[in-house]
This record gives sequence, structure tokens and C-alpha cells, in this order.
Amino acid sequence: MSNIILEIDNVQKSFGGLKALHNLNLQVEEGKVHAIIGPNGAGKSTMLNVCIGRLAPDSGVVTFNGENVLGKQPHEINQAGISRVFQTPEIFPDLSLLQNVMIPAFAKREGSFRFNMFSNLCSEKEVMDEASHILHDIGLNEQEHDHAGSLSRGDKRRLELAMCLIQHPKLLLLDEPTAGMARHDTNRTIELLKKIKETGMTKVIIEHDMHVVFSVADHISVLAQGTIIASGTPDDIRGNPKVQEAYLGGAHL
Amino acid sequence: MTIPSFKKDMFVMLIFSAVILTMPMWLKPLGAGYPDLLQKFAIFGIFAVGYNILFGLTGYLSFGHAAFLGVGSYTAVWSFKLLTMNVLPAILFSVVLSGIVAAIIGFISLRRSGIYFSILTLAFAQMFYNMAYSVLTPVTNGETGLQLARTDPRIIDNMLSEAGAGLPSPGLFGIQMSGYSGFYFCAVLLIIAFFISQRIFHSPFGMKLQAIKSNQTRMKYTGYNTRPYLLTAFVISGMYAGLAGALMATTDPLAGAERMQWTASGEVVLMTILGGVGTLIGPLLGVGIIKYFENIFSALNEQALLAAYSFMPDWLAKMMVTITSPFVGEGWHLTLGALFVIIVVFLPGGIMEGLGKIKNLFRKRPPDPVEKTLVEGQIQEEKA
Repeated sequence: MSNIILEIDNVQKSFGGLKALHNLNLQVEEGKVHAIIGPNGAGKSTMLNVCIGRLAPDSGVVTFNGENVLGKQPHEINQAGISRVFQTPEIFPDLSLLQNVMIPAFAKREGSFRFNMFSNLCSEKEVMDEASHILHDIGLNEQEHDHAGSLSRGDKRRLELAMCLIQHPKLLLLDEPTAGMARHDTNRTIELLKKIKETGMTKVIIEHDMHVVFSVADHISVLAQGTIIASGTPDDIRGNPKVQEAYLGGAHL
Repeated sequence: MTIPSFKKDMFVMLIFSAVILTMPMWLKPLGAGYPDLLQKFAIFGIFAVGYNILFGLTGYLSFGHAAFLGVGSYTAVWSFKLLTMNVLPAILFSVVLSGIVAAIIGFISLRRSGIYFSILTLAFAQMFYNMAYSVLTPVTNGETGLQLARTDPRIIDNMLSEAGAGLPSPGLFGIQMSGYSGFYFCAVLLIIAFFISQRIFHSPFGMKLQAIKSNQTRMKYTGYNTRPYLLTAFVISGMYAGLAGALMATTDPLAGAERMQWTASGEVVLMTILGGVGTLIGPLLGVGIIKYFENIFSALNEQALLAAYSFMPDWLAKMMVTITSPFVGEGWHLTLGALFVIIVVFLPGGIMEGLGKIKNLFRKRPPDPVEKTLVEGQIQEEKA
């Protein structure tokens, strides 16, 4: 068995009386694409928020690469190697597309703080080329000087994905990367995800679109009412009656 | 939105320097070509350029920058009193000390953002203002203001030469800091200040500050510790304000607490917004316009107005004087207020936005055929 890169151990999180996460246990293997599926309100996004330091759990431990991430600042967790694509795109709307991807590239090169006030942006050729290259990969290179705020929702999502990819994270968390995208754009994103899969980057992906899940995932876990009810290969999950009950109310996949 | 190259930046710098240094020539026909006003332009220019590094790049609206102006002024006058009448040490001490004060105020205020940050900075500035009249009177000399005296120690000056008979005035190795030499001194510092600001705007550091303004959450989850970035911007803009305060003291060696009143903090906010927040040159335009019109409008009085309306029939002239007199002289702030309202309502991006719109007007080209057919198609659809 290969390395476990992310381990969520017995995590609990309540919002008032609502138990969002209840004895949650999850192990993500290095180099795998691990999909999390589950009905609305199952706690999928809450789980990711706990992993990146946005929410502190009530109890439990989250270990990344052998280190406890709880209590760390969000920027420290990112510097340790976790990047996240949010459910509603979080980009820099007032900056150009090129600048949007240059910012994370600088974070990767220079760490969480660097006072380089006298170097000129234009002389940072390496970062600029890297940024142009990745924009080309996602097909947004023609608009690289436009404001990111003027993009369509689907394009914003792809831009955010590029912002995460340029950091070459050890673990990439994707929260519904294709939600709100047209079929054509979804297929494009699947192609992109498959391409990254070849690089061996570990990914945790939350997705509602089964077409996407079954085309990219190596391993699927099903989350319902704050706990994992089933976990296994895509084929195991497809035939699991418990999953069909919880997720689809009995209908067949 | 492309990133300008270093070459283009240098070209802009060259033109900027030429425009600033020839100000006495081209402002003469406008009735503003005298040293006192020119110095004011340059000093407030430095203040606004520095303020824009904080407000324009990070979006953090400080209402307390007058405190740094005051710290700069008092430090400069103390340097004149204790050490030497040379302006260089005075400026150096002012910039360093206001930087330290900014670091302390910034460290506390930057724990909050938005309106809470603004209120915290305002509270600090008002605290400084009130302390200048109360506990700090030994340092600030209270309401009288800190002045030079013939009996001041001036250790360095007195070591080098005998004290003169009269009250000495600040200078730079024998060059007096009044009149045109004073203006050129301030102008050179303004050019340096603008150059540093331009470098910050076009550096990775400046881009990161803009990213914080655009989406601070994303910055944190992209691996940046945003607090040190904000604090650095705050300290730099505080140092600019300290420099401006020191220059006020060099051209007129007297420091009073009224320089730290909240209206002074408000003025720099007005200048920046009027000219165009976040643009390099905008704040300077704001300074120019506010200081120029202040000069013209505050000098007018009822006699002057009556003379201006002399071509009208008597009764109409009198009516016009009654209507317009509240807007001039002491009441010129009313004019400023009206101007500010008009700008913010119609041009939220300030004068720079207005200039951009004019530029686009001339560049307008006929719509290309694809766009045209699309629009026509839409119209037909609507009809159907």
C-alpha cells in the first residue's frame, strides 16, 4: 500500500445543534484521485474547510504529510502544499488574468512574505512565461490582459484551477470544479484533470456530476450526514446498495 | 491592462521631472507661479503620493495620516533647535520617527479591516492631537506651537561657528529654504518620492498589495501572510507623511498641533479620491486642483466679487454677490464640498477616469461588421 498523504481522524464539527461532521475518518493515498460524493448538506465542503484551516473542528486530528495541520494559519497550510479550488470562484477580479496566475507563482517561489519592492514585474520573465504557459493550457491565453472580473463563471473556475496548478501543490482540493459549466466546458475540464493526473498530483475532488467522477476518480468515498458510509473503487461504489439508498433514494446509477 | 516596461517607466519619470521642475514657468500665467504656493503643491504632493500607496494599492482607508504629518513637523523643529539648522538631519529624523510611530499604530489598527480600521486610525490621530495640547506640552509647547528661539542649543551649528545675532533660518549647506530654492528642494524630493512610488506600483510587492485589495481571502489561501504586507505599506505611507511634515517645518519653522487635526487627514483623502485612487498621477492632480482653487477662492471677498459682476445691472450684481459670497473666502470649503460631490457622483474614479473617458471618445472606431450583425439580429429578435 502506498503512502497516506492526508488523514482525517475522528473529526467532529457542529454548528449549533447541527452535526455537520460526525466521527469523520478519511484516508487519501498519495498520487490518487479521490472523489467525495454525497447528497447536499452531507458536510463535503465543511470537510475541505477543516483541511485548509478555514474552520477549526470541535475534536479530531487532520494530518497532512505526517504533520498535524490543525491550528495552523491558512497561508501556512498552503505553503505546506495544499491548494484549493472553491465552490464559488475566488479570484482577483480587479487584476488581469496573467497577474492572477503570477500571484500564486510568486507565493510558491518566495514564500509567505517577501519585500521585493524595487524589482520590476517585467524583469520577472520566468514567472511571466510560466503564467502565460498555464493560461495557454486552460485556453485563456488570448484574454491574458483582460480583467479577471469580466470572465464568465466557467472561465473563472478554470482560471482558479490554473492558479492552484501553477503552485504544483502536493494535494489539490477541488470543490465542484465543473458546477455551472456547459457540457463543452466540462469536457474540457475533464481533459485538464486527466492531464494533471498523469503528473501524479494527489487530488480530492467533490463533485455532483457522475460523468466527471467516474471518468477521473481512482477511489470514491460517499459522505452522508457527516460521516463516510462507503469507500472503494468506482466499481465497488456503483454496485453498493447502501450508496444507492443514501445518495439516490434507491435509483440505479 | 498590461504591465509597463522599465523603459516606459523611465520615460514617464523624465517627463514628470521636467513638468515638476518647470512648474514656476507654466504656472505663472495661471497666477500660481510664486514660491509659497509651489512649495505647497510639492509638499502636499508628497503627502498624497504616499497616502496613495496605502489607500490606492491596499484599499485600506486611513483617517489618521495627519498624525504622521505632525510627528514629522515636531521632529524637524526639534532637530533645528537641538542640533543644526541644516535640513538633512531634520528630514532624516522625521522620516525615521514617523516610520516608527506608523509601525506601532499600524500594528494595532491592521488587526481590523474596513470601517473598523478607519475608525482606529482616526482615534489614534485624535489622541495625538489632544495629547499635543495636554500631556505632551513639554514636547509640543501646547497652543503656542513649537518655535525656534535665539537661545536654542543647536549643538552642531554652535560647534562649527559663532551664533549670529538674529534668528537663524533652515538651510541646506548655506542655501536658504525660502523662496525658489526652497521650492526646488521640495520638488526634487517630490520627484524622488514619485519614483519610489512608481517602483512600488510596478513591482511584485505592489501587485501583491493590489491583490490584497481585490480579494484578501484568496491571498491567504494562496499562501500569503497578508498582515506584514499591509504593515509595510502602512509604514511607507507614514514615512511619506513624515517627510511632508518635515518639509512644512523647513519652509516655515513652526510646528503646531492643528496640523494633526482630523481635517488634515480628511484633506488628503479628498485629494486622492478627487484625482483618482490607485492611479500613479491622480493624487497629484487632486493636490494641484485643491490647492490651486483654495488659493484663488479663499482670496476672494465681496469687493472682488462686486468688481467681477460690474458688467451686470446693479441689482443683479448685488443678488449675485449675495448668492456667491458664501462660497468664497472663509467659505471656500463649501465650493470644495460641492466639487467633491460632483466628482464622486459622476466620476467615481476621479479626474483620471474623466481623462480616460475623453481619451476613449477620440479613439472610438465604427463597430466591426460581426458586432453590427449581432446587434441587428438582437433588435430583430426583440421585434419578433
